[in-house]
Amino acid sequence: MAATEKTPVTGAGPFNGILTWVDRRFPLMALWKEHLSEYYAPKNFNFWYYFGSLAMLVLVIQIVSGIFLTMNYKPDAREAFASVEYIMRDVPGGWLIRYIHSTGASFFFITVYLHMARGLIYGSYRKPRELLWIFGVMIYLALMAEAFFGYLLPWGQMSYWGAQVIINLFGTIPFIGEPLAVWIRGDYNISDATLNRFFALHVAALPLVILGLVAAHVMALHEVGSNNPDGIEIKKNIDPRTGTPVDGIPFHPYYTVKDLMGVAVFLLVFSSVIFFAPEMGGYFLEANNFIPADPLKTPPEIAPVWYFTPYYAMLRAVPPLFGSQFPGVAVMGAAVLIFFVLPWLDRGRVKSIRYRGPRWKISFALFVVAFLVLGYLGVNPTTVWGEFAKGLPVVGGDYVALWVARLLTIVYFYFFLAMPWYTAHDREKPEPQRVTW
Amino acid sequence: MTAIVHENVDEKRRRILLVATSVAGAAAGVGIAGPFVASWFPSARALAAGAPVQYDVSKIEPGQQVTVSWRGKPIWLLHRTKEMLDKLPGNAPVLVDPDCKEPQQPKYIKGIDRSLKPEMLVCIGICTHLGCSPTLKKEIGAESGMGADWPGGYFCPCHNSRFDLSGRVFKGSPAPKNLVIPPNRYATDAVVVIGEDPKGA
Repeated sequence: MAATEKTPVTGAGPFNGILTWVDRRFPLMALWKEHLSEYYAPKNFNFWYYFGSLAMLVLVIQIVSGIFLTMNYKPDAREAFASVEYIMRDVPGGWLIRYIHSTGASFFFITVYLHMARGLIYGSYRKPRELLWIFGVMIYLALMAEAFFGYLLPWGQMSYWGAQVIINLFGTIPFIGEPLAVWIRGDYNISDATLNRFFALHVAALPLVILGLVAAHVMALHEVGSNNPDGIEIKKNIDPRTGTPVDGIPFHPYYTVKDLMGVAVFLLVFSSVIFFAPEMGGYFLEANNFIPADPLKTPPEIAPVWYFTPYYAMLRAVPPLFGSQFPGVAVMGAAVLIFFVLPWLDRGRVKSIRYRGPRWKISFALFVVAFLVLGYLGVNPTTVWGEFAKGLPVVGGDYVALWVARLLTIVYFYFFLAMPWYTAHDREKPEPQRVTW
Repeated sequence: MTAIVHENVDEKRRRILLVATSVAGAAAGVGIAGPFVASWFPSARALAAGAPVQYDVSKIEPGQQVTVSWRGKPIWLLHRTKEMLDKLPGNAPVLVDPDCKEPQQPKYIKGIDRSLKPEMLVCIGICTHLGCSPTLKKEIGAESGMGADWPGGYFCPCHNSRFDLSGRVFKGSPAPKNLVIPPNRYATDAVVVIGEDPKGA
C-alpha cells in the first residue's frame, strides 16, 4: 500500500517522528497542504476579507459558550426564565458566558452581513463560485433559523411574542397554514412543547447543519479558489517555474497571520461590548425580554432583534390581499431566497465594483440604503415618522414610515430583478491583467 | 482491491437491482420519518389541556372585561353597556367586514353584536394579523388616546390594527379579518362554556 511509502514529515523538529506515524495512517500532510500551506490565495486581499474567518471564530465562540449554557439552562416553560436568571446571578461566571453567547449572536450576523457585502462588492458569487455562494446562502438561512430558535429559550415576553409572530407567518400559508402552525408548536399556542423542541433544534440539529454547511462552503472555496478585490482569476496566470499562481501566496503563513491580526481587533471590540454594553441599548437584548413570557399579555411593541428587521419591515409594508396576510409573508420569504439566484441574475462582464459601470453602482448604492433604512424601520413602530395629513388623495391618512418601507421594498427587489438588464448594459472599465492594490 | 471482470457483468440486471434497492430504501426512509413527523403534533396531554373552560359571567360588571385562558389563548369576556352596543351599527362604513360574512364566528352566532347574549362579548383576544393580543380601549373619543372619532374598541400594539367592540376590524388595519369568536354556549343563564357548541347546533 501507498501509505508505507509516504515520505517522512520534516520541519517539525522533535515532532517529525509522531507526525510521520500519523501521516502514514491519516492524510495529515495532504490536508495541511491543500487547505493551508499550499492553498494559494490572491495577494491583494483587503479589509473586507477578514469577515469569513471571523464568522468561523464566532461560530466556535457560540458553540463553546452554548455548550456551557446548556449545563445550567432548563428547557421547561416553568423553569426556563428563572434558569437564565440563575445563570446570570448565581452561577460563577455565568453572566459572562451568557453575555458572550447573546453578544455573539449579534456579532455572528454583523460578520456574516459584512462577509455577504464583500461577496456583492467584488462579485464573489459569479462563475465559477455559484455553488460556493449557494452554500453561503444556506448557512445564512440556517443561521436565521438558529437565531430564531435560540431567541425563544430565555422565555421572556419578546421570546414568546416574537416566536408567536414568526410561527403565525406559517399559519398564513393557504390551506395548510393552521395545521402547520399547530404542528410546529406542538400545541394550540406556544407552550412547553414548543420550547422543548426549539431547544433540541437550537443545541443539536441546527449546529450540526451549520457545521456541515461551513465544511462544504470551505471545501467549495478551496476547489475554485478565492476571488479578490479585482475580481480577476489568479489561476489564469501561473508561474511556470513553480506551477502556482503568480498573484497567489500560501494561505499559511501569510493569511493566517493577517487573520490573527483581525481576530485581535475583533476580540477587542467584542469584549468591549460584552463588558460595557451587553444589551446594546436594547438592540442585542431587548428590554421586554427581562419580563417572563405571559401568553395573555402582548408587550406594547413587538420588534424582532435587529438582524431580522429589514425583512420584518417588508412584511409589515405589504398590505393584506384577498383577506390573507400571506402576500407579506411571501414577499419576506422571497427577499431572502432571491440571494440563491443572484449568480444567474448578474450578466456583467466584470465582477468587482472597481470596474463596474455607473448603473450597477447606483443600483447597489440604492440597495444598501434600502437594506439599512428597512432595518431601521423594522426596529421602530410604523408610527415612527408620523402620518400624512388626513384626506390626501389616494394614500389617505397613512403612516409615512409605511409608505417609505413600501418604496424601499420595491428598491430592494429592483436591485435583483432588474440586474440582468442593468448589468448587461453598463459602461464597465477594463479589468487589469494582474491584481492591484 | 479485487478487479471487476466487466465482461461477466449483467448491466440490465444490475440496474434493476439498483433501482429496486433504492426504491425500497426510500420507502423505508419515508416510513421511518412518519413517527418522527407525528411526534411534533400536539401530545395527548396538550389535547386534553385544550378542553372547554367555564366562567360565571354574572360577576362581570357592565363595562368590565375579564380575560380567561382557553387552549392557552386569551378569551375576552366583555360586559358591553347599552351605550357600547348602540355605537356598533354606526361603525359599518369604516369596517372591513361589517356584516361578518367571513366565517370568523361559529354559524350559530349571527348579527353585528357577534354574541349569544348581546351584552356579553366572548371573543378570542388574538389579532388576526400576526397573533398579538390587542388592548381594550373602551373609552369613546379623545379620552381613549385613539383620536377624537374613536368609537371604542380594541387596539393592537404590534402593528396598529384596530377593532370595534364586536371585534370587527377597522379599514386601514394590517389585520385582514375580524377577531375570532370561539365556540361557546351557556350551561346556565350565568355560566358560559368556552370551546363547546350549544346543544343541537
